[in-house]
Amino acid sequence: MERYGIPLDHFLIVSTIMFFIGIYGFIVRKNLITMLMSIELILNSVNINFVAFNSYLFPENMHGYFFALIVVAIAAAEASVAIALIINIYRRFSNIEVENIDEMKY
Amino acid sequence: MINFSYTVWILLIPIFMFLLLGLLGMKFKPLLSGVLGTLGLGVVMVLSYFAAYQYFFELPRLNDTYQQIVAANYTWLRFSDALQIKMGVFIDPISVMMLVVVSTVSFMVNLYSIGYMKGEKGFQRFFAFLSLFTFSMLGLVVATNIFQMYVFWELVGVSSFLLIGFYYERPSAVAASKKAFIVTRFADLGFLIGILLLSFYTKTFDFLSLTGPQGIEITRNLTQTFMGMSVATWALLLIFMGGAGKSAMFPLHIWLPDAMEGPTPVSALIHAATMVVAGVFLVARLFPLYSFAAPDALTVVSYVGGFTSLFAAVIACTQFDIKRVLAFSTLSQIGYMMLALGVSGYGGEKGLGYMASMFHLFTHAMFKALLFLGAGSIIHAVHSNYMYDMGGLRKYLKITHWTFLIACLTIAGLFPLSGFWSKDEILVAAYNHNKLLFWIEYLVAGLTAFYMFRLYFRVFWNKEPHYHHTPHESPLVMTIPLMFLALASIFAGFLPFSHMVSSDRLPFATETNLTVAIPSVAIGLLGILIAFLLYKKDNNTVEKIVKGLGGVYKTIYNKFYIDEVYLFVTKKIIFNLISRPVAWFDRHVVDGTMNGIAGITVLTSRKIKGSQSGQLQHYAFFFVLGAIVFALIFIYLW
Repeated sequence: MERYGIPLDHFLIVSTIMFFIGIYGFIVRKNLITMLMSIELILNSVNINFVAFNSYLFPENMHGYFFALIVVAIAAAEASVAIALIINIYRRFSNIEVENIDEMKY
Repeated sequence: MINFSYTVWILLIPIFMFLLLGLLGMKFKPLLSGVLGTLGLGVVMVLSYFAAYQYFFELPRLNDTYQQIVAANYTWLRFSDALQIKMGVFIDPISVMMLVVVSTVSFMVNLYSIGYMKGEKGFQRFFAFLSLFTFSMLGLVVATNIFQMYVFWELVGVSSFLLIGFYYERPSAVAASKKAFIVTRFADLGFLIGILLLSFYTKTFDFLSLTGPQGIEITRNLTQTFMGMSVATWALLLIFMGGAGKSAMFPLHIWLPDAMEGPTPVSALIHAATMVVAGVFLVARLFPLYSFAAPDALTVVSYVGGFTSLFAAVIACTQFDIKRVLAFSTLSQIGYMMLALGVSGYGGEKGLGYMASMFHLFTHAMFKALLFLGAGSIIHAVHSNYMYDMGGLRKYLKITHWTFLIACLTIAGLFPLSGFWSKDEILVAAYNHNKLLFWIEYLVAGLTAFYMFRLYFRVFWNKEPHYHHTPHESPLVMTIPLMFLALASIFAGFLPFSHMVSSDRLPFATETNLTVAIPSVAIGLLGILIAFLLYKKDNNTVEKIVKGLGGVYKTIYNKFYIDEVYLFVTKKIIFNLISRPVAWFDRHVVDGTMNGIAGITVLTSRKIKGSQSGQLQHYAFFFVLGAIVFALIFIYLW
């Protein structure tokens, strides 16, 4: 199945790579802002999947596009909440290193 | 057609009084709460009398038969269209008669209690409980269906429990109230199973349809048998077990003598006149069923009644606590009533026993309440329950003496007092049916006269003990009920009872059977004579007789050791062989499993809580790892 001259697999490979970059960044980077950016990567890799599947499998429908739009909107809301949290954390700890925030345990 | 819907107020007024006195009683002056309770019951009494008058004299009869009227019926619990539990007022000759009995005695006892309980702690509480009891008892007698009866049956049990344990600071009263409750509750288990059996087959709780032709037909034609007896016999025997528990028939009688720990007016109301005859009333209510569907059960009723009456009368001759003598006498008289029901047939002359039983219930309520209230008056004067603290009281307690004498003569069955008429009918019924029981009842009649006059002569004649202060007559508020009940005891026998109450609700005429009546009066007089010779003056003949009887006397005095047998069975056998293993199982196996689970959880969590580092990225790492593992499992292994 080919459209626009690019096979579907290519889209999926790109999105998989993005997804794992995001996961890697989330686990390895210590800065909260970078971690947030990693989450955005993960979300957007999902968006690519949505859009690609929609246009390749069900070109007559638009569900996938709208799903991608909803994910974008939710990501924006989530980012604002996360940044608000980060600001609060900065006020309390004077830095935004995730290793320092370990008080919530048993 | 007369509208009887006002009879609902007969139930509503006492329950209102209970709530008022129970919730706000402590805010009132004691006297006010007593007067309020008494007034409430006075209204109930007037309403009951009015209902009785209308029912017996104004309501037209159908083919000469008294009608059965459902004056009110409310759906109380609704499970499905077929299974509904209703509460209502059912009016027929026996319920109207019971309304009169209960409201009269209740009113008299309330009035009397204002004097008797004066200055006691918990005066208001006492009147609240009395109202509760009256409500429950009235609800029981006007029950439209067997389930309503059961509900109120338990309510009278609770009121009895509360009132026996009124002096809850006394350990003996607490023990007695517990005993009464547990024994009757045990019997009620049988009652409940009986109800379930009966209603399972007849598909109805309603007395009207249960005892109507259809209910009888269904019950009689039940072919199922269990252990050699038909289901109908089982059901009715189990129901009788409930009745026997409440009416303290042998061998479930053990709670009644102990129930005398309660205040004396309570003994008069609950444990003599009204509640304890509930069992008789129950059998009478279901009488058509007993008569047609399970005559064997009726035979059991008659023998249990006959045996109890003899058994209790023998014990009563040896007791020294005057209230206990009266308690055993109550047992004996209820035995009479049960026996009369047991030997009765259905309809007209054959139903003489039924009518006699109800008649005796009526007269007994009057004279036994009088006896108890008189005993209360005596106890009030000398502050002791025991005969050996009394003697020569006729000089001090004039009114009590005369009313007590009337009651004693009545219970001894002397012509023309009410006891004579009702007892005579019972004897005639027994004579026509079962000669053995008839002779037993003759003997009991003699014993009754003997023990009552033993009590009378010991208390009012005999040697005066040394009184700390001169005994004085009770106040008017206590003696008026005595006088009223004395009048009732004398004249109640002249009621044309067989024209009002009969097994098929068809009036019939009775005549005194002289061949039965004359010997019964004679044997009563003989009993009185013996008591006169032995107890009029202080002499040592009694002690000689007691010594002569030796072990026999001791056995009787200790009530044939029935209580000890019960204690042995419960403490030694049931507790050791059943309760202890069950307790062990509960403590070790059931509790052990639960504690084990909790312990293991605690241990495990203690071991693994270190892995919770608080580092967000560790969690994320393990989460991703887990997700990958699951993904691999689902892809390759599923």
